[in-house]
Amino acid sequence: MIEMQDVSFGYRGGGALLSNITLSLPAGSFHFLTGPSGSGKTTFLRLCYADLLPSGGHLTAFGHDVANLSRDGIAMLRRKVGVLHQDAQFLDHLPVAENIALPLTVAGQPVDMKALKDLLGWVAMTNHARALPPALSGGERQRAALARAVIMSPDFVLADEPTGNLDWDMSMRLLQLLVELNRSGKTILIATHDMDLIRAARQMDVQARVLRISGRRVQLAGADL
Amino acid sequence: MRGDLRHVDWRSLWRGLIGRDGSVAGRIVPSTGFTAQLTLLTAGAMAFLAVFALALSFATGRLADRWSQSLAQTVTVRISAPADEIESQTGIVMAILKQTPGIAEARMIPEEEVEQLLAPWFGPDVPVEALPVPRLIEVTESDDGFDAEGLSLRLTAEAPGAVLDDHTRWRQPLISAARRLRFLGLISLALIAGAGGAMMALAAQSSLAANGQVIRVLRLIGARDVTIAQAFVRRFTRRAGAGALGGTLLGMLAIAFLPNMEQAGGFLTGLGFQGWGWLWPLLIPIVAAGVGFFATRWAALRMLRAVP
Repeated sequence: MIEMQDVSFGYRGGGALLSNITLSLPAGSFHFLTGPSGSGKTTFLRLCYADLLPSGGHLTAFGHDVANLSRDGIAMLRRKVGVLHQDAQFLDHLPVAENIALPLTVAGQPVDMKALKDLLGWVAMTNHARALPPALSGGERQRAALARAVIMSPDFVLADEPTGNLDWDMSMRLLQLLVELNRSGKTILIATHDMDLIRAARQMDVQARVLRISGRRVQLAGADL
Repeated sequence: MRGDLRHVDWRSLWRGLIGRDGSVAGRIVPSTGFTAQLTLLTAGAMAFLAVFALALSFATGRLADRWSQSLAQTVTVRISAPADEIESQTGIVMAILKQTPGIAEARMIPEEEVEQLLAPWFGPDVPVEALPVPRLIEVTESDDGFDAEGLSLRLTAEAPGAVLDDHTRWRQPLISAARRLRFLGLISLALIAGAGGAMMALAAQSSLAANGQVIRVLRLIGARDVTIAQAFVRRFTRRAGAGALGGTLLGMLAIAFLPNMEQAGGFLTGLGFQGWGWLWPLLIPIVAAGVGFFATRWAALRMLRAVP
């Protein structure tokens, strides 16, 4: 699904943040990405959904070298990737349900109201369907963002510190939802520095692996969870 | 630009422009009351000015046609001769004019009319008989026209005091001026369209800059640049069209209620539209919407492409 061959990246005006990364994220896999703050976890994720392009090496997503994709091609790639950020952003003037259905709207696809209701139920947001995003709590925002990330049924779901603003119970609920997605065949990559979250995944009987960013490189840390 | 046009989905664009504003696609960009009012007002003001520029262009066009047409059909024979010869030369000239093919009518201008012609310079009640004013004969040519050069030579030979004045010398600058005015009216229309387009492009860029979060969210979920641009284009095109419609109607009303100056005459008499000409200003909102569409689309795509 995602193949990296000697991928490097550095921001303009700064040195290399990531260098010579060679790895593969196969379809249906579940990975955690860890590392200290500023190590490049978010940058790594942004490379995966072509929000940034590698400054060296080759990154292939869904069989396409992202460096050769047109702007429209990158947009199409993002429709296959669901992204969940710590600070989930919405269109604050649209109700939650319309925000969740937004990927379908911009793709010009009809919204199946029954499927939307089911999705709202899955993330326990049915009662907030008509609320505006600024009225949501942190946990509700993350669950709404997860629903928006998966409404196009993407093959790959990326989560960047998804539990950073959540209490433990809400974090477990969100992790459970991501594990359920993985069991349905989706590829999951979660960037986090929360080791407790990784340990908690052990209890959920999921085949997860841990990648660690250290010294500008990504290493496979330890055995499977 | 040509490449951009190839990628325009005209059917969905048309649906977007005329569709209900209540759809989610129509509400992706949050409404900004102040900017919306400003764009409406500016589009209205531009359209109002455009109506007058169009009216000016039409009026000067008609004026140029009228002058060239009416002046082309009349010429004047001026007779300056000693008092004892004036009557005989006038008789000779009238006889020549009656014999000349292509002349429909020859009429000696009576003293009262000469007095009116001189009034702007000498004031009312000019004693024409006391002034050395030449006799004036107004000649109306028929549709076939006459040989001006031949007539002039014959008059010189048979009535030495007679001069054929076919107005060419002073008519041409007037017609040129009227045509130049019409051209300037058209230039004004083009400038108004250009200024309107620039204003729309600036407003769209400002709107895009103010909606950074909207753009980030849309990109994250896989929106193409053209989809994001269309959300802005749709809004600004509607504003441009609606504002221009209001301005056009106000402009047309203002022209329709211009004071009637038939008697005072002159250039202002013709300022306005006649008959089917009243339909021309109704094109202004359509053109304004088109200008708004292309200006906003160009500005939005340019700005979106500048951001990786």
